[in-house]
This record gives sequence, structure tokens and C-alpha cells, in this order.
Amino acid sequence: MGLIFKPTETFRGDFSYRNSDAALLRFPFPFPEDAYMYAVNIEPHVRGGPTAAYDHVFDVDEHYIAECHERALVLEQDPLRCQVLPHMITAEWDTLELIMESLATDYPAQFSLAREGDRWTWVNRPLGITQAFTFGDAATLPCGPFEYITRQAQGDFTIQDQRDDNLFMDGGMVTTQADWSLHVDLGMAFHEWHGPVPLAHPIGVFDRALKYLLRLQYGRPVRRLNWTMTINPRLDTSPENYPVWGPDRTTITPDNVADKVHLRVELQTLFRLPRSNGVLFGIRCYLASVRELARVPKYARRLHRVLRDLPPEIIDYKGLTRFRPMVIDWLAPFDDGAPLASGTAPEIDAL
Amino acid sequence: MIAHGPLTLKVRSAEPLGHSLKRLVLEAADGGPLPSAGAGGHIQLRLKGPTRGWRNAYSLTSPPDARDHYAIIVRRVSQSRGGSAFVHEAVGAGTIVEAGMPNNFFAVSNVARKHLLVSGGIGLTPFLSYLEQFRQRGSPFELHHLCRAEDMPVFARLLEPFGARSIHLHPTRRGFDLAALLARQPLGTHLYTCGPHSLMDQVLSTASDLGWPASKRHAESFGETAVGGAPFHVLLARSGIEIAVGPEQSLLEALEAAGIDAPCLCRGGACGECRLPLLEGVADHRDDFLSAEEHAAGKLILTCVSRAKGPRLVIDL
Repeated sequence: MGLIFKPTETFRGDFSYRNSDAALLRFPFPFPEDAYMYAVNIEPHVRGGPTAAYDHVFDVDEHYIAECHERALVLEQDPLRCQVLPHMITAEWDTLELIMESLATDYPAQFSLAREGDRWTWVNRPLGITQAFTFGDAATLPCGPFEYITRQAQGDFTIQDQRDDNLFMDGGMVTTQADWSLHVDLGMAFHEWHGPVPLAHPIGVFDRALKYLLRLQYGRPVRRLNWTMTINPRLDTSPENYPVWGPDRTTITPDNVADKVHLRVELQTLFRLPRSNGVLFGIRCYLASVRELARVPKYARRLHRVLRDLPPEIIDYKGLTRFRPMVIDWLAPFDDGAPLASGTAPEIDAL
Repeated sequence: MIAHGPLTLKVRSAEPLGHSLKRLVLEAADGGPLPSAGAGGHIQLRLKGPTRGWRNAYSLTSPPDARDHYAIIVRRVSQSRGGSAFVHEAVGAGTIVEAGMPNNFFAVSNVARKHLLVSGGIGLTPFLSYLEQFRQRGSPFELHHLCRAEDMPVFARLLEPFGARSIHLHPTRRGFDLAALLARQPLGTHLYTCGPHSLMDQVLSTASDLGWPASKRHAESFGETAVGGAPFHVLLARSGIEIAVGPEQSLLEALEAAGIDAPCLCRGGACGECRLPLLEGVADHRDDFLSAEEHAAGKLILTCVSRAKGPRLVIDL
């Protein structure tokens, strides 16, 4: 496939991040219905879905190089964004193997992996990396195996240990998060790290999701979507940097709302890891401005309806309170109120 | 990897071990690397005999890091359903067999300070892959294996590569002081047992009596998958179509195979998307979505995991 990267775009400062027409048409829009509520919206992670974002194990797109550069900047300022507890070393190697094998298989023009026994050679052409190392020997890599490979992947990753009929977040690379902290959640059990989410606990969403994930099988990964909204195309909206991005919410006006407010979608994937029996959780983040999304007629209408009818608890939890009315007002002229087909496909082939 | 179908394996070698054991070494039929498997993992072989088939799960005894082969050891069981006899009689070098992806219901704890293993007979097999991992990482362990005297030489040979100091063979349960063994373990030890049910029950209950917490007691438990059971028929009330649901098929899969566009999402009994009104028949509920009251009321069924307790269900579809 012809991947053309945009290596100089930025997620801070001048915020030069934009979506090409092709990127917008493959955006994983998260709302299959006009109303949104928490649910166990997990499905098998098979090849193919409503857009091309679902075609690969780990989706690589035009923002790859820029996102890896952004990750390096965040880690330089705050190395604690990547932490792994010592008993997760096998899960680290499992993760490296899964990501390297998947990228080399899905994107042979960009990545390759040669193996002779334990002697592996990894080539990452977009980032200009060639690395020979011994699988299982962390001393042969410039950093730990989990940090090494997740520095070369889009989106955040956490690794969970399974024990006591629970999952524990015992490692992660988290630099592009929607206001949660690995440093706070490290070592927590499933219900603990989901503690702050409103409405979902009483309806049993997390009980059912945990039972399902404890039975997650190797070779049968699953996926789900999550979403929030972010001011500016900023990947690092961490609690650690709240003073940097929090005040952005106060800068929204009717004139800039369509360009500054972004829908932030996470394509989340879950994999059973073979040797460690751990679970890898991939959180791939996609950003598109309200103006970009409004170019797809179905997305403009549906986003308008979902935001208009959101429960108050979700508005507050997702931090939308200040600017939501302006987004709704801006989108209203695009919505004629006509019924929309269920599902998230854009229903157009070109912009 | 993305959702993955069955593996096609070729028997590289088949070797008798003693009078009732046979070791099979399997490789990918296409010569490529096999999916990684963890210590304690197993594969389900799909054996096809002349008149019937079997799906038997066998622990992988190969090193967890091996990608070029899987090894299993099959014991010929006198009162078996025939699968092990078929392996002993009809499977040899060159035989092609289908297998599911490796799975693991008996993983090694990642937080244990020491591993205590108690096995009986063929129950040693998952521990052979454990021992390889312990050796590679230098993890402290202690293994006690009970077996019949005539099988001792075979098991001694299998255990030979892993060092005599931590491995103890017991030709009889007499003289094996289980309670004393469990009582003298340091804090942080995890206990694993695999073998005849009588042995596993004794090991787990003795440990429990001595105060070992449940989180540190592990036993092999095959077949915890939701799929499978007695075949039944389902009648779709709106269309009048009747569909047979096979023993290895889920109700949802049978609907899909018949070309019915049935609702579904997680395919694991968690999300509730596939629930349908149940008009007649008794459901064998296997989902986590419906409440206990809803299960008892019997008015709804999740097609992705639940089955029938009788010969026939009628659903509103």
C-alpha cells in the first residue's frame, strides 16, 4: 500500500497536524447510533471493518513518523510515562514479538524482521532503524523490549498480568492519553483503574467486561472504540501536563470551535500474550477536527445528535462542559433531522 | 496476530516411550514458524478416524520458546473414547492433523518467588514445559512426581535434563508426606498440581487446610471453553426454519452457517447484543450478561455461548 508519511506535522506548538482526505475517510468514527451510552462494545479483532483503519493488526497511517517523534519528546521530558514492573519481562518480549511480526507481515515495504534462532534483525524503514539483537536478552537492545518496540508504534499500550481472577495493569507506555495517568494506575486491578468512570459501574459493564477478558484467547484478539474530545490536535493530554492543556478549554469561541475542537477516538485492541499469559491493551488514538468530520455528511449529523443528547454525567466526565454547546450550534445547520442508517461507515467514497 | 484459524500440522516424528506413552513431535505443514506458546499451554488436536473424529487437548511438552515444533505425549487410556488409541495406532511420521491455536489455562505465575509442582502419572506433561522455563530463568522450584513403579524409568528419563536436586520421584503415595511438604514452603511459593482427580483434590484440600490462599493454588483444568455439548435443533419461529446445532458448534455459528443474519458483537457472552427471546425449550445458559433471575425465567437466550438442555429450542427470530 502507498503510505505517504507527514513527518513534520506537530501535536504541540503550531499544531500542524491535519488529516488528508484519505485519512478522514478511514477515520474510525465511533457512533453507530444517534445516542451514546456505555456498553460492552467489544467485538473480535478480525481483518476489515467499517473503514480501512480496521484492516491490520496494528494500524499504521500517514501520522506514523510524527507520532513516534512526539512520543520521544514526551519521554524526554517525563521518563515515567513508560514503566514496567519487573515480573512483566516475559510480557515485554511477547509484546515486542507481536508488534514486530504484525508490522512486518502487514507492511512489508516499511518493516521487516529476519530471525535466525534467537538472533533477530529488525528493520524500520520509516524511522531509519536497523537493529540486530538476541530475543530474550534485554542487554542487546538500547532499552527494555517493551519500551523499545512501543517507541516505534502509534498509540499507547498497557500490559496486564492475570492473577486472582483479575487483571493488573503492571506496565505501560502512555504518552497520548485522554487525561489518565499510568503512574497513578500502575499496579491497579481492573475495577480500580476504571473507578472514575460514571454510570457504567452500576449497570455491570465492567463486571461483564472483566469476565470476558479473563477468558480472552491467544489468536483471538478483540477490539472496541472509545472517544472523547480534545482542544487542538494534542496527543499528550496527561494529568501530569494539565497546566499546559487544561486552559485550552477556555479559549473556544464560535469562530474557532470547528478548527480547535477535535473528536478523539481510541481504537482499542486486546491480545492474549502467549508466554506470559498476560494481556496487551493497545490504545490507538485518532484525532479529527469538527470541521474535518463535518465534511462527511453522515458524521456531521450523527455527531450533532450524540453530543446534543449526551447524559450530563458523561459530559462532565469527558470534560466537554464548557465548549459542547458551541460544537452543537456549529453542527446544527448540517443536521436536517433525517433518519440515519446504523453503523459507522462514512457511506461516501470521496470528498 | 489477528484472529487466527486452525493450524495444519505434520507429524515430524512419533516415538514410543515405555509401554503406554507415545511422544509426537509436530511441525507446521507449510514449514513456517508456529505460534508461540507459554509454559503450561496445550493444543487441541482434531483427529479424524475412519468412522468418527475426536478433539483431544494435550499439554505441550516442548520448550515454550520453540517455534519450529510442538511436542506432546499421549498416554493410551484403556477406557478412553478412542482418541488416544487412535493416536497410538494410526498416527505416525508424516500424518497431517489439524489443531486449534495453543491455549493456556495453567499458566505459570509471574509473581511467584518459588514454584512447587506436584504431579501424578501423565499429569507431568505440563510441567515439562514449566521446567524448561525455570531452567532458562533460574527460577527456584521443587517438583514431586508420583507414578507407578514400572513407569519410573520413563519419567526419570524425561526429567533428567532438569537437574536432580529439585526433582523427586515417588513410586507410591506411601512415604510421600504431602502435608509436611506443603507446610515447609517459604512464603511466596505457588503450588501447581496436575494428575488424577484424587491426587489434585488431595493436594488442593491439604494446602487449603494449611492456610494456602486460593490465589497460590493452581490445578490444570481442561475444557473451560463455552462452546460444545450435546447437539440440538433450533426452530426460528418467524421463518419456520429449523437448524441443527452440532456438538462443536455454537448456536450463533449454526445460524450463521444457515445464512441467517443474526445479531452479535463480542461472541463471548458478555455484551448481550445477540440475546433473543426464547419461546420454547430450556436453555443451558453460559453467558455473563443475563442476571440470575433472567436465567431462571428462561425467556431470553444469548446465542453466542448458550445451548439447549433438551433436543429443541424455539427462538423468536
